[in-house]
Amino acid sequence: MEFTFSLCVGVLTSAGIYLMLRAQTFPVILGLTLLSYAVNMFLFASGRLTVNGAAIIGQSEQYADPLPQALVLTAIVIGFAMTAFVLILSLRARSDLGNDQVDGRELPPERTAVEEALADKIEKNKADLNEKHKRNKR
Amino acid sequence: MSVLWILLLPMMGILLPVIFGKAGRTPTAWLTALMPAAALGVLLQLAPQVFSGEVPVFSVPWVPLLGLNLSLHLDGLAFLFCLLILGIGLLVILYARYYLSDADNMGLFYGYLLFFMSAMVGVVLSSNLIQLWLFWELTSISSFLLISFWWHKTEARKGARMALTVTGAGGLALLGALLLIADVTGSYELREVLAMGDVVRNSEYYPYILALFLLGAFTKSAQFPFQFWLPHAMAAPTPVSAYLHSATMVKAGVFLLARFYPVLAGTEFWFVVVSLTGMATMLVGAYIALFKHDLKGLLAYSTVSHLGLITLLLGLGTDLAAVAAVFHIINHAVFKASLFMAAGIIDHESGTRDMRKLNGLWKYMPWTATLAMVAASSMAGVPLLNGFLSKEMLFTETLHQYTLGALSWWIPLLATAGGAFAVAYSLRFMHDVFFNGEPIDLPKTPHEPPRYMRVPVEVLVVLCLLVGIFPQFMVGDLLNIASASVLQASVPDYSLAVWHGFNFPLLMSALAVAGGLTLYMNRRHLFGFQEQFVDHDAKYVFENLIQQMIAKVTKLHGWIDNGSLQRAMFLMILLALIVSALPLFNLVDAIGTHPQLPINWVVGFCAALMIAATFVTLWWSHLRLVALIALSVVGLIVSIAFTYFSAPDLALTQLSVEVVTILLFLLALFFLPQKSPTIDSPLTIIVRDFSVAALFGSVIGTICYAMLTRPLDSISDFFMENSKPGGGGTNVVNVILVDFRGFDTLGEITVLGIAALGIYKVLAQMLVHMPSADSKGYRWSKEKHPFLLAVVSQSLLPLALLVSAFIFLRGHNMPGGGFIAGLITAIALIQQYVAHGVVWMKERMPINYLGLIASGLFISTLSGLGSWAFGRNFLTTWFDHFHLPLVGEFELASAMVFDFGVYLTVIGATLLILANLGKLTTSERLRDGGN
Repeated sequence: MEFTFSLCVGVLTSAGIYLMLRAQTFPVILGLTLLSYAVNMFLFASGRLTVNGAAIIGQSEQYADPLPQALVLTAIVIGFAMTAFVLILSLRARSDLGNDQVDGRELPPERTAVEEALADKIEKNKADLNEKHKRNKR
Repeated sequence: MSVLWILLLPMMGILLPVIFGKAGRTPTAWLTALMPAAALGVLLQLAPQVFSGEVPVFSVPWVPLLGLNLSLHLDGLAFLFCLLILGIGLLVILYARYYLSDADNMGLFYGYLLFFMSAMVGVVLSSNLIQLWLFWELTSISSFLLISFWWHKTEARKGARMALTVTGAGGLALLGALLLIADVTGSYELREVLAMGDVVRNSEYYPYILALFLLGAFTKSAQFPFQFWLPHAMAAPTPVSAYLHSATMVKAGVFLLARFYPVLAGTEFWFVVVSLTGMATMLVGAYIALFKHDLKGLLAYSTVSHLGLITLLLGLGTDLAAVAAVFHIINHAVFKASLFMAAGIIDHESGTRDMRKLNGLWKYMPWTATLAMVAASSMAGVPLLNGFLSKEMLFTETLHQYTLGALSWWIPLLATAGGAFAVAYSLRFMHDVFFNGEPIDLPKTPHEPPRYMRVPVEVLVVLCLLVGIFPQFMVGDLLNIASASVLQASVPDYSLAVWHGFNFPLLMSALAVAGGLTLYMNRRHLFGFQEQFVDHDAKYVFENLIQQMIAKVTKLHGWIDNGSLQRAMFLMILLALIVSALPLFNLVDAIGTHPQLPINWVVGFCAALMIAATFVTLWWSHLRLVALIALSVVGLIVSIAFTYFSAPDLALTQLSVEVVTILLFLLALFFLPQKSPTIDSPLTIIVRDFSVAALFGSVIGTICYAMLTRPLDSISDFFMENSKPGGGGTNVVNVILVDFRGFDTLGEITVLGIAALGIYKVLAQMLVHMPSADSKGYRWSKEKHPFLLAVVSQSLLPLALLVSAFIFLRGHNMPGGGFIAGLITAIALIQQYVAHGVVWMKERMPINYLGLIASGLFISTLSGLGSWAFGRNFLTTWFDHFHLPLVGEFELASAMVFDFGVYLTVIGATLLILANLGKLTTSERLRDGGN
């Protein structure tokens, strides 16, 4: 059991690190999430693995260590706040910089948000016109 | 009265002029002088005690374990310096009243001045090493503020920066020295350290201590080769030059030498370094001073020279030389402050400081001229003035030096040469400015200054004369007590008479005067000789050096962080890999002795599923929706693992966080580019990243396995035993969160609130691009809120709220609690947002989420503070059992209130994040607001 648990932690860490080293924001955030799973499980493991021993007084013979559990509980919530923050930051970066690259390459920026909004509007109008046209034909 | 007041009063005065600076110039000056005058009163009241040999002390322990205490003592040396700082400070305040113009912000200037005064008083009174260092740094900072007071001038900014850089770097060196001293002696208390001089001198660290210590002292006192910053500090208003850069701050360096004289002096190392540095400084300063055309420049280099003289005296290492050093500290402060003030008057009333233009001012300001000439004569060392006495003592002491062996005669010879230059530049100051023909196109017609602007100069010049004529009566006792505390022993016999008969020192004085006259007579040739050399402006040399360093560091920084997150992250992970892998090589075997659990097929299946899902996330990360679904599978199995391994609270939290995270991701996907490249980097980078990731994973996996198979020695037994009797709950995890480690939890929900607030600000006014179709070009459905979803979610809401209330209430005894209940409520509400849209929700639930976070934090903090009312520690839980008919027995605990705060904060933060991001997809985004 311990081996399987460690294997899972190792695989999650590897995948997390690999994704964090990607060049776009979305995989980086995916990687961060995977890594935070790994970290939480690792911290949890410092209390060792116990089956059928929830740390509730009077429930069982042998209890799991409650301290790492309490620490990991807050870590999960904080981890969520951190992931959310990085996610929003990446949205903002895309909106301000015009692309979602994080590899430092100078790219010709995508169209800015405003330009894209305009382009979208034009496309939408076109599509609407087309639909109207078709309907009229019918 | 306590010693503390001497420090506290000027400190309290700092804000007075800043606040009431608009009251007019004279009232502001009076107001500023109030507190220093009171401090001077306290000092004088303590004088009888100090003169009788007592040392008034004040000490309050702060962090005794770290040696950090607020401790002050007023020994003779501190008394002398306090007298100089407060006395000359008051004169400078009066002087500055007339010196500053209407355009200057007088209140701010006085505020800075008092800030400096407090810091300086702190330096001399401190008897704790760290505290001493703190005030030492404060003098550097206040000096920076004062030099850059006329910040619109480039030389003021450059000069201030240079002074701060040099003295700040010296301050760091000093900190190193003080920490080493404390390490060697085992005490941070100065009075204990002073008694352990032998321990320090015999320690193997002594050379390092002394080197660092001297770096600190020499940079502050502008000793060679750090003398260059002081002349550039003269860009400050003249009252500052008179106060900081001649009378007090630059004396902090020599003060430090004197203060640690009993600890560090008396070795060959000390003698060679300190006396030779002092000698070099004295000669270099005196030589350069002669060629300066700027009045303040001349005085600045002469200050450098005199500081060198004091350093030389302290370096000689004999008791009498130390006495002479203390004496010269007093004399120099008095005559140099008056000279600077006189120079300021000349500048103020004639519009220039250039000695090539200033000539024959005697006719225009005879009174000021007389005062300045008396002070300048004192600087030259003319008999019947105070400067003469300390210079005679220097000459006497140099004659008794044998440390340089057969070449010991160099010292008196060089000292005489220094004296000759001092006479020459003093002559230049007197003759060039006040005689030597007519002034050459001055900007203003010079005249005498306002009556009271001259008063400070008069007071100081009278002191010069009085000390010069009646030395024993004027300063005998003061010199005695100050020297006694420098030596930490009784002072040897010496006589402070004006006339010692015809002897060798007198001959040296005569030689110096004659030499000075000769030098001045032949100044044309000397100036011509000096002009052959290229004059390097230290300002540009220094700026150049700084720019080069900045360029180098920028280059290095650019190499590490070239704007690529990929690269920065790679370097960081590589470093982490090395640090975490190295200890593993010393571990004999990964497997330990702890008994292992047997594996069953359910666990095996789950693990396989999780690994598979991880690989799907990894492999198809460019197919974003697929990656997200796989990610949620991983998260789900993590929560199953928590359930299986006896952590129901964690499982519940993980599950609810998972839902919120995936919702957030889905929303974000809407705004991120629809298409992403399958291969984002060159193949070499992919291979590199893959290898590092695999190595790192294997290291972490190994550490995890090694940890899991080793026996556990946990502190949790305490929590298990005390959970019920102490915290009143059987769910130990929850009791730890709200009681044992409640303070951590308070911190954590604060972080949560801050993160949500940050997100709120980042989202504000964000311009987003909203695609009208997905990546394959399909238009979004027109029906934004499906009817079925709306109906189902609305009927689920009360049920979900009931569940969360249940989870919340049982949290103390069974799995649950504020975190989980908060997340469940948040999910239930988000579901309504998804089903009905922002507008619909806003009409029905006009709640400000920022307010919700704030009130949650407030309730939690308040419940913690509540225990103070009962004389308990912060966040101590109170609980009791009650009986109600029908309901039966139940328990009430103050931890419940704390948990309620957690509950509210979690709801507020989660909804603030999701609702605000969701709002961007609607027309509501243009309106701002916290809900």
